Amino acid sequence: MVKLPIYMDNHATTLVDPRVLQAMLPYFTEKFGNAASRNHSFGWEAEEAVDKARNQLAGLINAKSKEIIFTSGATESDNEAIKGVIEFYKDKGNHIISCVTEHKAVLDSCRALERAGKATVTYLPVDKYGMVDPDAVRKAITDKTVLISIMYANNEVGTIHPIREIGRIAKEKGIIFHCDAVQAIGKIPVDVERDGIDLLAMSGHKLYGPKGVGALYVRSKGPRVRLTPIIDGGGHERGMRSGTLNVPGIVGFGAACEIAGQEMELEGARLRSLRDKLQAGLFERLGEVYLNGHPTERLPGNLNVSFAYVEGESLLMGINDVAVSSGSACTSATLEPSYVIRALGTDEELAHSSIRFGIGRFNTDEEVDFVTERVSREVKRLREMSPLYEMAREGIDLKSVNWRA
Amino acid sequence: MSYSKKVLDHYNNPRNVGSFAKDEQGVGTGVVGAPECGDVMKLQLRINESGVIEDARFKTFGCGSAIASSSYVTELVKGKHIDEAMAIKNTVIVKELNLPPVKIHCSVLAEDAIKAAITDWRNRKAGDSAQSGGQNAGDAAKDKSAQG
Repeated sequence: MVKLPIYMDNHATTLVDPRVLQAMLPYFTEKFGNAASRNHSFGWEAEEAVDKARNQLAGLINAKSKEIIFTSGATESDNEAIKGVIEFYKDKGNHIISCVTEHKAVLDSCRALERAGKATVTYLPVDKYGMVDPDAVRKAITDKTVLISIMYANNEVGTIHPIREIGRIAKEKGIIFHCDAVQAIGKIPVDVERDGIDLLAMSGHKLYGPKGVGALYVRSKGPRVRLTPIIDGGGHERGMRSGTLNVPGIVGFGAACEIAGQEMELEGARLRSLRDKLQAGLFERLGEVYLNGHPTERLPGNLNVSFAYVEGESLLMGINDVAVSSGSACTSATLEPSYVIRALGTDEELAHSSIRFGIGRFNTDEEVDFVTERVSREVKRLREMSPLYEMAREGIDLKSVNWRA
Repeated sequence: MSYSKKVLDHYNNPRNVGSFAKDEQGVGTGVVGAPECGDVMKLQLRINESGVIEDARFKTFGCGSAIASSSYVTELVKGKHIDEAMAIKNTVIVKELNLPPVKIHCSVLAEDAIKAAITDWRNRKAGDSAQSGGQNAGDAAKDKSAQG
């Protein structure tokens, strides 16, 4: 029998791996020093731990350890990358190329710069699988373009962008390429050299590390990328991010990266098979289930589907012992369904019906079976209650109806 | 967001789910909302000659609060005269179900559904239910032959 509730929302956050927690614990108590204290052993011990973590992060993405800047999380990393580049290179240009399905940390950083009159931004569309076209990136480049910001893999639909091609275009044109890789690192191989990435945002809590710690990779050579800091102070992190380092968090982040690097291949295969099983199980039991995102170029643990005629939030309510997430409007205060799902050109009704399953390291085969049954049962119950399902069964084309909204 | 006990109760044990036969005498059907807005309610009322609501059925596509609002409305209107039912305000639903501000639109939709169902009953009674032109949602729900 499975233990309830089941957590299957691993794109939102992950639990701290017990091995990670073990690595962190000494740094709260006996090894509590400030990594910036240069003149006693407490400080040295902390600095050593931070250096080790820096190496562990660098190892996961094939970077040099000095290219890793620790931050409070990926939102800060995205802000620093985008605002820092625009500020530093303002004499060179002010145009950013990004994409409509980026995370809000990227989109809102861009919007803030637009509002302040500091940048103009091209938000590229995506295809029906949520993928950006590298040719569109190339075509959007102007002589004012200083930054391309495209995420590695999407947090809602799991689609993996053609990063290597975009990196190549950026190199060729001499434009800085920032990549929000929060969902990708530790899940699929990310290599800043192979992929041509100049700036890369990472987060600890999406790969079984702690919350409140992130990092920004900043390329040091070919080209050397410069940033104007957004946080000023004691000049930590080579002046790019002041503030006392979160040593326990950084130690945990490092340990999480090392474990992820070692286990990625096996874990990826296992998650993919669980995900495929969940997908097949749902499609088998229910008609009119639609996959959101790319059929193959997708994060291994991601499954985003729309159950036609059933509104997402009501489904979440019905499966309250399973933690998943919905692109439905009603889960947020905005009353608008997910902008990511809508950007794929999905019907609005299906956007309201989307559910995201995020399978992670600690999910089991039994949990997948349980979730398949639980979700199928609830979808059937809600369809029996749905006027849309009834109308569709009667042969009415829902698109021909004049709805009285 | 957490739900009130009453919303959960209506969601888990919805009252009067279902449909009356489309051509049944004395039945008025109201379909309000739109799929792209994430809420569609179908409310059917069986109304006797003296204008008293004898029975009600609903089907709803929407969030838990929308389902609960329509479920509650089916209980609320039963036994009421249509004049009384027409006067039901959404605030009654908000209060009963403890709906938070972001869910008030669900109660508004349920109020609209009552009015739409009664209006449909009146129209059908007056014999002018045959509408020309575009197919509206109420007709679609009642009569698939009207499509096209």
